[in-house]
Amino acid sequence: MDIEAANQLAVQRMLEAQPVLVGVARALDAIPGMRPDLVLHAGPPVPWERMSGPLRGAVLGALLYEGLARDEQEAVRLASSGDVRFEPCHDHATVGPMAGVTTASMAVYVVENRTHGNRAYSNFNEGYGRVLRYGAYGADVLQRLRHLNERVAPAIGRALEHMGGLDLKALIARQLTMGDEGHNRNVAGSALFARALAPHLVRCDLDPDTLHDTLRYLADNDLAVLNPVMAACKATADAAHGIEGATVVTCMARNGTEFGIRVSGLGPRWFTGPAPTPKGLYFPGFRDEDANPDIGDSTITETVGIGAFAMAAAPAIVRFVGGTPQDAVAATLEMYEITLAENSAFGIPALDFRGTPTGIDVRKVVRTGITPRINTGIAHREPGVGQIGAGLVRPPLEPFQQAVRALVELLSR
Amino acid sequence: MVRARIQRSSYHDSVALLQAQRALRELPGVQEAGVVMATPANLELLRQAGLWVQELEGTGPDDLVAAVRAVDAAAADAALRQLDALLSRREAASGADYRPRSVRTAAAQLGGADLALVSVPGRFAAAVAEEALREGLHVMLFSDNVPLEDEVRLKALAGQRGLLLMGPDCGTAIVAGAGLGFANRVRRGPVGIVAASGTGLQEVASRVHRAGGGVSCAVGTGGRDLSDRVGGQTFALGLAALAEDPATEVVVLLSKPPSPRVADRLVGMARACGKPVVVNFLGARPPDRADGVHFAETLQEAADLALRLCGLEPPEEETPEPQARLLPGQRWVRGLFAGGTLCAEAQVVLSGRLGRVWSNAPVCPDAALPPGGASREHTALDLGADEYTVGRLHPMLDPSVRDLRLRQEVEDPEVAVVLVDLVLGYGAHPDPASELVRAVRAAQDRLRTAGREVVFLASVCGTDLDPQGYQAQVATLREAGVWVAGSNAQAARAAARVAEAAGGRLVPADRMQLEFGDEAAPLPPVPERVRSLLAGPLRVVNVGLSVFEESLRAQGVPVASVDWRPPAGGDAEMMALLARLGG
Repeated sequence: MDIEAANQLAVQRMLEAQPVLVGVARALDAIPGMRPDLVLHAGPPVPWERMSGPLRGAVLGALLYEGLARDEQEAVRLASSGDVRFEPCHDHATVGPMAGVTTASMAVYVVENRTHGNRAYSNFNEGYGRVLRYGAYGADVLQRLRHLNERVAPAIGRALEHMGGLDLKALIARQLTMGDEGHNRNVAGSALFARALAPHLVRCDLDPDTLHDTLRYLADNDLAVLNPVMAACKATADAAHGIEGATVVTCMARNGTEFGIRVSGLGPRWFTGPAPTPKGLYFPGFRDEDANPDIGDSTITETVGIGAFAMAAAPAIVRFVGGTPQDAVAATLEMYEITLAENSAFGIPALDFRGTPTGIDVRKVVRTGITPRINTGIAHREPGVGQIGAGLVRPPLEPFQQAVRALVELLSR
Repeated sequence: MVRARIQRSSYHDSVALLQAQRALRELPGVQEAGVVMATPANLELLRQAGLWVQELEGTGPDDLVAAVRAVDAAAADAALRQLDALLSRREAASGADYRPRSVRTAAAQLGGADLALVSVPGRFAAAVAEEALREGLHVMLFSDNVPLEDEVRLKALAGQRGLLLMGPDCGTAIVAGAGLGFANRVRRGPVGIVAASGTGLQEVASRVHRAGGGVSCAVGTGGRDLSDRVGGQTFALGLAALAEDPATEVVVLLSKPPSPRVADRLVGMARACGKPVVVNFLGARPPDRADGVHFAETLQEAADLALRLCGLEPPEEETPEPQARLLPGQRWVRGLFAGGTLCAEAQVVLSGRLGRVWSNAPVCPDAALPPGGASREHTALDLGADEYTVGRLHPMLDPSVRDLRLRQEVEDPEVAVVLVDLVLGYGAHPDPASELVRAVRAAQDRLRTAGREVVFLASVCGTDLDPQGYQAQVATLREAGVWVAGSNAQAARAAARVAEAAGGRLVPADRMQLEFGDEAAPLPPVPERVRSLLAGPLRVVNVGLSVFEESLRAQGVPVASVDWRPPAGGDAEMMALLARLGG
């Protein structure tokens, strides 16, 4: 087993992946292994009993949304009954921010990696405020979600078909030169997304209200592009997964209780540790005690070298991590210590267009003790309150150490 | 009242420890303080300094120990509470500059680097050196306590890659005009040096400078390079590089007597190199021949021969004739050396006149003192030897080990002479003369009470360009009644004269015999990268002691320092697992 060669192949696949947003579909029709009684969630596997507030709220909301339960009590009973199944999004080539809850009738973005042919999926971003992904499940929340899934999403899907797909790799490269890092800041990318869709939307024979609502959605939501970007990252990471001997991390995700990783050469196995609580700035009225432990699949961005790994590209948000623009540069420089390659497709202006640090090597993480930096939104620990801040989090070292142990075991077989 | 604090599995730059220790000593109510890694030698030092407490039992080399003796418990505790702040790393000047964590990222920060200067603790050093070689950097491996098999492996790797590996245990070098490690500032000139001995290199380079000459390049090889196992690989490459180097007119080779097989090959190469070569295999003087190879018995002689070959006159003999009223029975010489080669040179000179000289680093194998053992008869101690330096600073940086020993030696009523070396230069203690004078004055006070006198004799290895200033250091010593000679060999001769007059002459030792064949041996090819290293300019990645970074900056050499930490946080199990994964 030649680790260096395996890693080279894994990283090469990450660098060569070419994710294209090809359309929008219903989860049940598109996501492999999707079933009506299945609830996908962010992060590594977690049973109902151990789910944190926001994830529980989102699960209840999804059961109500799907009509599997008529009210809250019934939803709670159902969730704890074992009659619905919970599985990680990541087991189904899917990613979702925060709770990441995705069920059969929801609309999902479909991203295809044109180089390797694999696909990845992500749900639609509901914007800020009281939203399902933070665990809100009131009638108003579900109504907005339905409007998004049934009206806006199909319109965007038609526009994407009309344009023949949107090259997300190019979009990410561009947003990194416009002050986004692709995880906490997506304002430039979302503007690019809206600009790309608009001329096609008007050619799709949409009724004026749908057209208006769709453009309004794109105009109002700074996070609109986050979900397709995440799916692009997932399609990229999956291409590097399953290479024998490779020590490259292909997935990092949190479920609000645990943080978990997967490693290219270690199959579907999760390596987990307790999810840490982010450090950052809080919106007015919220404090540390209100914060839920870290949650969401959005760490797929860091997994392929953007997000906090591209912090040097996003000086506008360094205050979330209590720093200066120089600290942003230092943050990215530090990530080169634990990665195997630089992604020349994603040049960072402040670093003279040096490529983003790409391909986390579990060996380097354990050797240096430098854990990956993660930019993240902070969820309130109570379901439904929503985002209460944003900041930085470092995962625990244990999952990386476990992975090193597992690799050695595999090697000695 | 002694209080101690233990931090398990902790690592700090040893200079940081020393600075913390000094700062603790200056706190109110504190009488004595020690901040060390808990090696057996260091624990012994704490014991001797009256800093022992029971809880230090069972600590090991990975544990940081701080012990404070103070007027009361409150003062001791207050001092220990300062420890964390004292040890916390200094912020970079801008507060935001990134401190790279690996050789690769440090080299990238410099926009490319030529050489890595590695001074991390020995058991981690081979891995860092390998990392640097794999990144295509030449390496000066300052660290000692590196296993021999690692040295063999690393030198093979360097050979494959066309790189120069100086060390392990390479204390000094001068490359492209820059002094690396412990290095004296000398002007550039026609003398090239290859040395398996650090202070030997410094003594010769300094003397050449003081006589108006200069040094083109000085390659350190590490003390084991000329062993059979290593086979003189770095030495041969250094010689070949100097033979080609247009700035070098005369080559000086310095070593303790090497393996005869390797020595023979080396002398053969010297014959073939096309330039005059001065060879000093300390203590051996094979007959000179008319083939361009000149043999010198001492470092001083090697320097003087090289000077003459460049058309320069060596400095005049400067051997003091110390006066002291010695009591009957005061007849032994006790040498306390920071420089290992200076210790060996002193043994050669002393034993030639007085007979057997005991040592922890004996030139004659039958004169071995056990590590840390008490002195007997004539003794010369190498205080930079491993047993005194594991987990603590070299005495050139922290002379406290010598201060302690000096106190012990003058307690011995049979001691007539205390002989010491002072090594100046970059990386060395900022004012070793004042440190020594403090210890000498304290000893003189006790001697006065005891009604005895002892002769204190010193030589100073350094130049007027060194940060400490050669003349100023000599003046400080003389003012305190320390006799100062013009070279280490001269100081040893003066010591021998005093001891001889006092009846300290035993049976003088025979001179060592070394014979060489007549054949010339081919020089190894010089890789292009080694040639361009010598030509400069030089960019250095520093991994380890921050004093070396500071000295390179003072010399105007671009340098990036790695913020080095033990791999896997020092977790031995994880390190072993990582090694299996080739990471």
